[in-house]
Order: sequence, then structure tokens, then C-alpha cells
Amino acid sequence: MRPFDYQAPADAGTAVAAVAARPDAAFLGGGTNLVDHLRLGVAEPGLLVDVTGLLPTGISDDGGGLRIGAGVANADLAADSRVRRHYPVLARALLSGASGQLRNMATTGGNPLQRTRCLYFQDVTTPCNKRSPGSGCAAIGGATRQHAILGASEHCIATHPSDMAVALSALDAQVEVLGPDGERTLAFGELHRLPGDAPERDTVLEHGELITAIVLPPLPVAARSDYRKVRDRASYAFALVSVAAALEVTECRITDSRVAFGGVAHTPWRARRAERVLRGATPSDEAFHAAAAAELADARPQDGVDGGNAFKIPLLTRTLAGTLRDLARQEA
Amino acid sequence: MFLDGLSPERRGTLRRMDHELTLRVVGAEHRLSVDSRTSLLDALRQRLGNTSPKKGCDHGQCGSCTVLVDGVRVLACLTLAVTRDGSEVVTADGLSAGPPGSGGDHPLHRAFVDEDAFQCGYCTPGQVCSAVGMLDEFARGRPSVVTGDLGAAPELDDAEIAERMSGNLCRCGAYPGIRAAVARVGREREGTR
Repeated sequence: MRPFDYQAPADAGTAVAAVAARPDAAFLGGGTNLVDHLRLGVAEPGLLVDVTGLLPTGISDDGGGLRIGAGVANADLAADSRVRRHYPVLARALLSGASGQLRNMATTGGNPLQRTRCLYFQDVTTPCNKRSPGSGCAAIGGATRQHAILGASEHCIATHPSDMAVALSALDAQVEVLGPDGERTLAFGELHRLPGDAPERDTVLEHGELITAIVLPPLPVAARSDYRKVRDRASYAFALVSVAAALEVTECRITDSRVAFGGVAHTPWRARRAERVLRGATPSDEAFHAAAAAELADARPQDGVDGGNAFKIPLLTRTLAGTLRDLARQEA
Repeated sequence: MFLDGLSPERRGTLRRMDHELTLRVVGAEHRLSVDSRTSLLDALRQRLGNTSPKKGCDHGQCGSCTVLVDGVRVLACLTLAVTRDGSEVVTADGLSAGPPGSGGDHPLHRAFVDEDAFQCGYCTPGQVCSAVGMLDEFARGRPSVVTGDLGAAPELDDAEIAERMSGNLCRCGAYPGIRAAVARVGREREGTR
């Protein structure tokens, strides 16, 4: 492991200035992904700036929604009674990720910034455009079971690993950021970026920008919401596919919905085409399958030595249909 | 003072990457200097000689390094020691019938023996610490992903125990015994509340 300096400043402004001043500096939150990367040689910062003691750790009511401090542990957020009642999709997404120990460590600000679990990205002996720009992609044509079917490029087919981020995408959350030039707020759906020809950039955040809070808007449709995750073992594994969904049914018509997918793209994938198909439809398997088909019309499965990942299209279709079917029943 | 226990050669090698910190481990306070790269797991095992937490994978995938930091179960391998200055650490060998370090079997120690909850024993200290943290989370009404109704207090059934303990792998496959041991202590706790 490359040696690094360590600082634990008292306030966010000092932390941002410290990281912004050094191109090889990085923020350290719960460390559940970054510390592993230090050990693997995937990340080699010269300075770690510990923000765990300075980020807000409270969850406050905010104009009918919730403001979640970036330092709130994933376990504490999932246990919050307001999240469980008004945003069950977020509680379920958090609880379906990682393990009890890791959820106690991981933070609200850090979880969406965790990096892909692409095996080639994590193996420094293989080419990877995300880890080492311009070196190539060992995943293309390799083992692609965990890889993308939507929005990938010829440079990178990695998927985003976070469950929480899929729920936040569906919930139209906002992200509050402090940077060297001050504060800004962006839509959660604009935080992550597709790989294109610069897969080394997971998000639109600039060097030195720090997530300080995530804000959930008031969203009545979210009271009937759920997260369903399909994986290779029953617990403690990353998603092959996942669905975050919320559904409002009035007089046998779908009057509002939120849908996002995980495990299929470089970003949490907000399924707006599916939402458009659902609007006004009668809840039925036919409508749910039509919604999936609309969203997956541009899906491009990967070949692979492990058989590839074309299975994700029917698997995601059925996972979406099953999730919506159960939500529609809840409504009745 | 933090150099106590270090050889003169080692004292001469302290560099800018070294940081002083205080850890309270099973009731005893330790002042030590660690390289910023040192994990809490290595600080406990290599510097303080506490070999109760085990190094299984060293990548946060097996749970054998689980310890309680300020009462919460965490992975010591993914925790940099320097980030836990001033913390209270309890390892499996420090769990006791009374306060940490006071001696006597902790109910989970007893239950693991009685329920045949291990074979080789390598994962056991992590399992026991994880179970202590998990039962505390459960007692506070925290849900898991298999909790049917997020608004209701969960029931400590087999599915809940398996899900909440999924971060601790056992390559001997002693899971039925582990679930039984955790269930027994959980039931005893519920009976005394």
C-alpha cells in the first residue's frame, strides 16, 4: 500500500480546501470501499481527509420531505421511522445492501460514491479504462454476468453497485455539495454519468467537492414503494438486477409511478420510459411487461466466456412485473 | 509515552505517516503510534497482541474480524486504526458475564459451546461479536430486509437471524448451530425484558 498522509479536520470547509489543494488527495468516509481499494492498489491517494467526524449525522424534517446528513450511517437511515413509513423503498434498498457490519460503517454520502465491483476494475493486473484510462477493457468478452445491458460504451461495461442509489434515483432526491467554489445542489439523477469515453469519471463531481446532505422531497406515491433485488445468493451479494418502484393506483388506473433499475448500467437507471407506459394504464401483467419492454428496447446484452448477460432482460422484466404486481395489490 | 514498548530502532523509524492514538480495548487504555495504513485489525493483533479478532479475507467479505467499536459491530479490517482515536473496542475474548473484561462466560460463549456452533473455530470470535451487536440492533427494533412489516417490531425467527448474520461466513458450515445459539440468547433476553 502506498504511504499516505492523514488529516481529520474539524469542519467541512477545511476538508474541502485540503482535498482541493492536492490532486492526489481523497475524502475518507466509512471506508468500506476505499480502504479495500488502498489494499488492492486500485486507489493510491497521497492524502486521506477523514470527513466522518465533521459531516452532519442528523435526519431532519424538510418542507414535508427529509434532509439526511451525509454522515448518517446506512443502518441508522434504514432504521429511521420516517424513512420506513414514507419511503419504504429506501429502507428496503439500504437493508438489501452489504451486511450488518458494513451498514453500520457506510455513510449516506459515501454509499452513492462507491465504485463498481467489476472484477477487472478491482484486479490491477488486468487492463481497465476506469482504473487506468486508455489501458483497455478486460471485461468486454470476459466474464460479464455482473455487467451492463444499458448505456455501456466500447470503453466500459461496468455497473454501479449501490442499492441505495437506485432508490434515491426513483425518489427524485437532491444532492447538496460543498466545493472549493461554494455550495451547489443537483438532482440525484444528474450525479452519476454514463461511461462514454471517460469511464474513469463515475460522477459529475469535481475534485474537492463533498456531498454534505441528501434531500428527499415530499412524495406521496413513495408510501407504496418497494425494492426487489435478485442476486446469486440470498444475502450479502451485489445485484444481478434490482428494481425500485412506487405506484399510485386510483380507481383501477395507475395515476403515478416511480421506477428505477440497478445492476444493469453504469448509473442507477431511472426508467422514465417505463413510467410513461404505466401512466393511465390498468394495473396488469400486460401493462407491466409493456413498461419493461419500452425501457429495455435499447438494451444491449454482452457476450461473455461465462455465457454473457442476456439473461438480465427476461430477469429484469419479471422482477419489475412482480414488484409492480405486489404494489398494486397493496393498493387494493 | 506512546513509544513505550517500542525498541530504540523502531523509535528511530517513526515517520510523518505515524499517528498517535488512544484505544480503550476491553477496558484497558493503550496509547500507541501507528502508520496511517494500519488497520484496526492489525493494530489489535500485531501491536496490542489481541489475537481474538481473526484475519480471514482482509477485504470485508468474511466477517471474521468483527469487533464492537463504541458498542457497534464493525469490520476491523476495513477500519483504519487512525480513524478510531479515543474509541472503546471490545473483542470476543473480552466479552464477559458482566462488563467487558470482568471475567466469566458471556451467554453467547456458553450458547456457542452448548449448541455446537463451530467446528474449527476460526470464524467464531467474529460470529460472537457480530451476534452481540446484532441482538442489540434487534432489541432496538431495527428492521432487516426480511422483516415483513417495516412498521412493526421484528420477530427473531430463523430467517431474521440468518439475514442479520449473513456478514459472517463459516466455511465449516456450522450455520444451524450458530442460528440456534443466537436464537437461544435472543429468547433469553426477550424473556428478561
